[in-house]
Amino acid sequence: MPAVELHSISKAYGATPAVREVSLSVEAGELFGLIGPDGAGKTTLFRILATLLLADSGSATVAGHDVVRDFRAIRNVVGYMPGRFSLYQDLTVQENLEFFAAVFRTTVQENYELVRDIYEQLAPFRNRRAGALSGGMKQKLALCCALIHKPEVLLLDEPTTGVDAVSRQEFWHMLSTLKARGITIVVSTPYMDEAARCERVALLQTGQVLRVDTPAALRATYPWPLYAVRAARMHPLLQDLRAYPAAHSCYAFGEAAHLSLAQPDAAAEAQLTAYLSSKGHRDVVVTPVPATIEDTFMDLLQTHQSAPTA
Amino acid sequence: MSTTTAPEPVIRCEKLTKRFGAFTAVDAISFAVAPGEIFGFLGANGAGKTTAMRMLCGLLGPTEGRASVAGFDVFTQPERIKQHIGYMSQKFSLYEDLTVAENIRFYGGVYGLATAAIRGKTDALLQRLGLQGERNTLVGSLPLGWKQKLAFSVALLHDPAVVFLDEPTGGVDPITRRQFWDLIYEAAARGVTLFITTHYMDEAEYCDRVSIMVDGKIEALDTPAGLKQQFGVDTMDEVFLHLARGAKNAE
Repeated sequence: MPAVELHSISKAYGATPAVREVSLSVEAGELFGLIGPDGAGKTTLFRILATLLLADSGSATVAGHDVVRDFRAIRNVVGYMPGRFSLYQDLTVQENLEFFAAVFRTTVQENYELVRDIYEQLAPFRNRRAGALSGGMKQKLALCCALIHKPEVLLLDEPTTGVDAVSRQEFWHMLSTLKARGITIVVSTPYMDEAARCERVALLQTGQVLRVDTPAALRATYPWPLYAVRAARMHPLLQDLRAYPAAHSCYAFGEAAHLSLAQPDAAAEAQLTAYLSSKGHRDVVVTPVPATIEDTFMDLLQTHQSAPTA
Repeated sequence: MSTTTAPEPVIRCEKLTKRFGAFTAVDAISFAVAPGEIFGFLGANGAGKTTAMRMLCGLLGPTEGRASVAGFDVFTQPERIKQHIGYMSQKFSLYEDLTVAENIRFYGGVYGLATAAIRGKTDALLQRLGLQGERNTLVGSLPLGWKQKLAFSVALLHDPAVVFLDEPTGGVDPITRRQFWDLIYEAAARGVTLFITTHYMDEAEYCDRVSIMVDGKIEALDTPAGLKQQFGVDTMDEVFLHLARGAKNAE
């Protein structure tokens, strides 16, 4: 039985569609990512799964319970961490955790094992008001509160947004520990590099699923020959690569530009190097590279956006 | 960036410090940013970036040290600084219940531009962004990426010497994020100085120089290539992790 299942879920806010005909299935114990920018529909999906919002059409289950008929049962078995910090700002760290345990008719002691690793990092701030914690610590406390009733399914809406790279890495480490304990995790993120940390991901844009697959398979489906191109100055490099006749697309990727070609060409590296040298670029290095998830996502976005209905 | 002519810095800090009671949020930071430079201002949450940026924008009085922005003193001329800088953040940019044209007119007015100048700039701006058809659209109904591009252009409306960008690309899709950087490069090519914070480490690579704050101090400052070489790593992500892991008051 899948831990989370959505069948043709749609939801609009007034005339604005937020989620359109989304169907997904998350296996028990899976670490599943919803990947997409703001406006992709991630929060709406979480709110429907957390039984906080009714879909306009379609059906969904969480841990085998229907989100409409069995909403009470779902609330006992999911842990939901909203994108916006939703704990009590004027309660202390310890009070928040005790409150959430009490709401679920359990105690902090009962399930302490599950949150121990995370909560120990918060221990020095136990008596600090939650509102006075900063980004990474708030996020850890929110995760503890979402876990304290020992949920079967964790729903985490953009837990790493606005959080620095160190805290993001720690957070993903915590998620793999929780996954090892058998908890199903559905997590959303706008950071493409975090998609690689999930077992499977759904790429979302403007309320629609572009594709669902493992990170490796998503990278493998990228259809164009792809090259990393380095030169001394990025902005003129991008401009010249976009004007390159054989170019299909060109995007900056950190210290290199990723250039995809419309056709495979055995002589591409030499031709490209000659072209860039003729344009006055120095230190030109052209290397064939495998696509990242971000390359794949952008390619899907482009296809999607150039479709007449988009 | 060519430094052969050594132009006068647009931003200059010397031991700039801010204390809140016993807590030192910004601890004697010193650096200079040249005209037309894209300067990445990185640090972990709680490292002191926001406090430093608020001082440089004339919004918060420093405790000690010296700093000037666009030729004005941070201690004595904060109002003049506000007139000569642009500011944009992910959290606050434009008024959602005003139209595109109304937002431009409002900000033009705030910065004291003449009505005729605002009109001319509005046309040029909308044309550059391809938003002519959206002139009378409420900003709230624009996609996030368009809003951010518009907000950036509005921050440049009064031809500021320097624009402060506080996580401008958060939550934006990967294509729009890159289009946003095209706007940044174009502004830099026109001589505008860009002072930018981001959590996307690939974006740190696009900066001319990057500083990394840890516990209120600037622990590293160099070109992205120089930083990677200094720490013997291949990506800015690794540089950042290396420095920020040692932070004491990471929170």
